[in-house]
Amino acid sequence: MSNLQVSIYRYNPETDAAPYMQEFQVDTKGRDVMVLDVLHLMKEQDSSLAFRRSCREGVCGSDGMNMNGRNGLGCITPLSEVVKNGKLVLRPLPGLPVIRDLVVDMAMFYKQYERIQPYLQNDEPEPAIERLQSPEDREKLDGLYECILCACCSTACPSFWWNPDKFVGPAGLLQSYRFLADTRDTATRERLSDLQDPFSVFRCRGIMNCVAFCPKGLNPTRAIGKIREMLLADAT
Amino acid sequence: MSNLRSLTFDAIIIGGGGSGLRAALELAKSGKQTAVLSKVFPTRSHTVSAQGGITCAIGAADPDDDWRWHMYDTVKGSDYIADQDAAEYLCSEGPKAVFELEHMGLPFSRFDNGRIYQRPFGGQSKNFGEGGQAARTCAAADRTGHALLHTLYQNNLKNNTTFLNEWYAVDLVKNASGDVVGCIAMCIETGEVVHVKSKATVLATGGAGRIYASTTNALINTGDGVGMALRAGFPMQDMEMWQFHPTGIYGAGTLVTEGCRGEGGYLINKDGERFMERYAPNAKDLASRDVVSRSIVMEILDGRGAGENGDHVFLKLDHLGEEVLNKRLPGICELSKTFAHVDPVTEPIPVVPTCHYMMGGIPTNIHGQAIMQDDSGKDQIVNGLFACGEAACVSVHGANRLGGNSLLDLVVFGRSAGRFIEGALNEGIDYLDATDADIQSAMKRLERWNGSEDGESVPDLKRALQDIMQTDFGVFREEKKMQEGVKRLAELRERINNAYLPDKSNAFNTARVEALELDNLMEVAEATAISALERKESRGAHSRYDHPDRDDVNWLKHSIYCPKTKQLGKRDVNFRPKTVDTFEPKIRTY
Repeated sequence: MSNLQVSIYRYNPETDAAPYMQEFQVDTKGRDVMVLDVLHLMKEQDSSLAFRRSCREGVCGSDGMNMNGRNGLGCITPLSEVVKNGKLVLRPLPGLPVIRDLVVDMAMFYKQYERIQPYLQNDEPEPAIERLQSPEDREKLDGLYECILCACCSTACPSFWWNPDKFVGPAGLLQSYRFLADTRDTATRERLSDLQDPFSVFRCRGIMNCVAFCPKGLNPTRAIGKIREMLLADAT
Repeated sequence: MSNLRSLTFDAIIIGGGGSGLRAALELAKSGKQTAVLSKVFPTRSHTVSAQGGITCAIGAADPDDDWRWHMYDTVKGSDYIADQDAAEYLCSEGPKAVFELEHMGLPFSRFDNGRIYQRPFGGQSKNFGEGGQAARTCAAADRTGHALLHTLYQNNLKNNTTFLNEWYAVDLVKNASGDVVGCIAMCIETGEVVHVKSKATVLATGGAGRIYASTTNALINTGDGVGMALRAGFPMQDMEMWQFHPTGIYGAGTLVTEGCRGEGGYLINKDGERFMERYAPNAKDLASRDVVSRSIVMEILDGRGAGENGDHVFLKLDHLGEEVLNKRLPGICELSKTFAHVDPVTEPIPVVPTCHYMMGGIPTNIHGQAIMQDDSGKDQIVNGLFACGEAACVSVHGANRLGGNSLLDLVVFGRSAGRFIEGALNEGIDYLDATDADIQSAMKRLERWNGSEDGESVPDLKRALQDIMQTDFGVFREEKKMQEGVKRLAELRERINNAYLPDKSNAFNTARVEALELDNLMEVAEATAISALERKESRGAHSRYDHPDRDDVNWLKHSIYCPKTKQLGKRDVNFRPKTVDTFEPKIRTY
């Protein structure tokens, strides 16, 4: 794939009446580089191309994007994983307003994250040292705390597309369960009662796009299942 | 004249990484009008990439552990130019700061007794170097930075900190008396430029590893705070001191935590020999980073490097077993597969020393107050300006930082800067307002780029800068190459002053941000180069072929780089801790 054909979504609100796809030829010198490397090569051809990036190693969550129809992080996605027939199609994450090119407005996504009160709540006095937690209890947080807020899951979720203001979405619910599962958190009741409505949790239809696309291999659907169980137990 | 909109806060914190968020949390809790201004959404800051942990004598792995032992290691690791009052503060306040993080919810790994898990790291000892290897680095698996940064962001949300996310600080605004009274900042999303007025301006902008071609640092680590401070005429301290991490993934530069060696991994050369036994017979692979990096480079130069070009070594982990690797080093397994195409469960990881950390920076006291020197060379506080984290040089790291001390630095000195500013605000701060001319002067470089009509491109010039630094100011240095490097940088500055920004649009113009970042890289590179050329000795991370020995007679000192004269001066190191005896300089062996 020495000469890669890339088709990329372009939109600049100051100059473009509507978004369009622009074609690029990118010389990758035959190497199986990451999609983010390709974007940097493209930006050298056209400096007006806008995308977010920071850590370039899959831990900061800046460069979530849609690559040949699949959400993922550009920096840890090698071309060999996504390119079909020598062609790469890059689009912004679906379902969120586009600010420019691949840069989306994540306000709604962050709002749903903030809604679940993503911080430990504990009304007991703080000990002089750390709160103790057994390795088994700590293990309950594995697969939950590692979320990088890249939005690959929520923007692949039809329920979130439909109700981004009312359905918390897989990323927010994964974090909600991260605190429900934490033995150090004492706000379980309040957290559950904040989710007791037909939309916040129950709009999840088990489509599992979130699981398919999480670049960290996390499983929001399982976490949502656990929240449902807690909500149902709480209601009875 | 100035028609800029202005925003007013009690304190503006530039940078949303660990130190900025910790300072902000302190101020937000006190009810002060606090804003964090960050060029990325805070959890995208480089703190997120820290892996192995936060070093602190909390006494979980060893109930007899003592913060004074940690302080001894820190001072020895620094090759004796850490300020001992600052190292004392770091190590003695550390436990409180770590327990606070745990109370905030940080998901630390745990020992069977429920206490925070601690692992061995490089340069750690018990009983002032006499009691063997310590295990002092508190960890959340190998994702400690991620866990720490998210916890701090979450607690800032809880305390209603104001966030200006995806805003870029362009330059500091100084009043007629030379006090810092805010900054010029640009909203990246809209391109709007505003004047941020503040009684306290905190530079928490992190490091600048992107001055090198090969670095573990994020793409955003362009030394923005250091650049702003230098342009405002403030001095930098110990800028020649750059840490090369022994284990960056060969080719990609991504970090492989020292925790790998803490958990029992070790380095081998192309013959499979565990070569650190020759260079550091006692500490072996857990000698401090400058020592291990130099040893790797010497192996390579002696022809024992691995690979087609003999230009790297291997980190062997497979003997630890799959269970330990998955439990303690899951992130490393992921990164290694992605960037080295190697599964550490079965194969060693190809690694090479890679630029990792800026020990130097804006000189500050333990309260985060920026320091300059008056005409007689005496310390003088810069009114209104503060720094913490990697951008600052307190100095607790001196000529070489110990692994795990960076995260501790962030939370201890972020917290102390926040507390100090709160107290100062309570007492009342009253500086002269900036005039239109003051504001105009901080707008200059933005206007220069916006008015540029042709010239060289930003990516080309950035590459040229990184190549100079990589070639002439790497792990080993020598006079002649550094002189050439300084000369080439001076030429490059002229070229950058005439460079071209083709895209003048307003909405999320990342090309403009990258142009502004290039100016900062240039400032940091030049300060580094001149400081490295002028410090005529080898100490810690600064290693010269032409001056191979440490020279305590002339250089048991901080270097102070003055941007106005481009000359290097000296500043005394503090040898007066308050509660312990001074650690006298000794020959440093591991």
